[in-house]
Amino acid sequence: MSGPHAHTDPVAAGHHGAGHHGDGHGHGTRRGYLIGFLLSVVLTAVPFALVMTGILSAPVTAVAIILLAFVQILVHTVFFLHVNPKAEGGWTLLALVFTGVIVTLVIAGSLWIMFHLNSNMMPMQPGSMPGM
Amino acid sequence: MTRDATTAENAELTYYETGEDHVHAGGSTMLGFWIYLMSDALIFATLFATYGVLSTSYAGGPAPRQLFELPLVALNTAMLLISSITYGMASIAMDENRVGATRGWLAVTALFGLAFLSIELYEFGNLIREGATPQASAFLSAFFTLVATHGLHVSFGLIWIAVMLVQIGKRGLNEDNKRRLMCLGMFWHLLDVVWIGVFTFVYLLGVLR
Repeated sequence: MSGPHAHTDPVAAGHHGAGHHGDGHGHGTRRGYLIGFLLSVVLTAVPFALVMTGILSAPVTAVAIILLAFVQILVHTVFFLHVNPKAEGGWTLLALVFTGVIVTLVIAGSLWIMFHLNSNMMPMQPGSMPGM
Repeated sequence: MTRDATTAENAELTYYETGEDHVHAGGSTMLGFWIYLMSDALIFATLFATYGVLSTSYAGGPAPRQLFELPLVALNTAMLLISSITYGMASIAMDENRVGATRGWLAVTALFGLAFLSIELYEFGNLIREGATPQASAFLSAFFTLVATHGLHVSFGLIWIAVMLVQIGKRGLNEDNKRRLMCLGMFWHLLDVVWIGVFTFVYLLGVLR
């Protein structure tokens, strides 16, 4: 980088570099967004339909809508948030996986502990805690 | 920046001052904002955990089945989902440097976001009129905290969109505004991801119970 054009080169390089750095984040394609949108419409409509029509038994419906929610979260992460192993040298994916572990621990751990705490406590009034 | 009359040394100085630093700042902003979003996800995780623990503590008050109107929730979900794809269109217009299209899609996104918020406030109003206030039971406290925190995020997203509409109007799609729009996009799409958890675990499973 020398000579009379040196002062214009870094600007061009800067623009290119900035675009490259953010690659994994904001650069979806029209097709990608549309595929993601169609998938998430189906993944939203099906659980609502299952619950509102009551076609399946309650426990089966519950399992089905939870699974569909996880699939939809995955679809949004890939098609809308553009998380992939290459974005930011893999750091976005690593942060996401770490957060996923913590979220699972917080939610599952809280429910587990509080459920057991609940069943080991004296009920406040008779019949106020059915099924415990 | 001094130009033309500079020597080669001065030109090199200019290069170090503006080029590299600027690129680096933009690059680390995206990762930094992503890590902020992950910490935001942790806030929602604690609220979901709280709701999960308290979701059957009705204290003699109303249960989800008597309160939630699924058609209204479905409409609300559709508003937020559509606002995600319209933001996607804004991102694409931004990549193609089409200023008018970017602002147009941003405005459409804001309208759908506003529709979502209005429906949510209408729902809250109905609940409170029926006596299902946040102080009625632990279930309702947790419900209002979780759903209103999400709604508050959407409100701030709307303010951010309004600010960006002004910024783009004044300065166009420069590198700074592009970076801001990419951060706002991640924020907006993450709110949609959180909403998947809300409509599944709060509304659908609540009615099912």
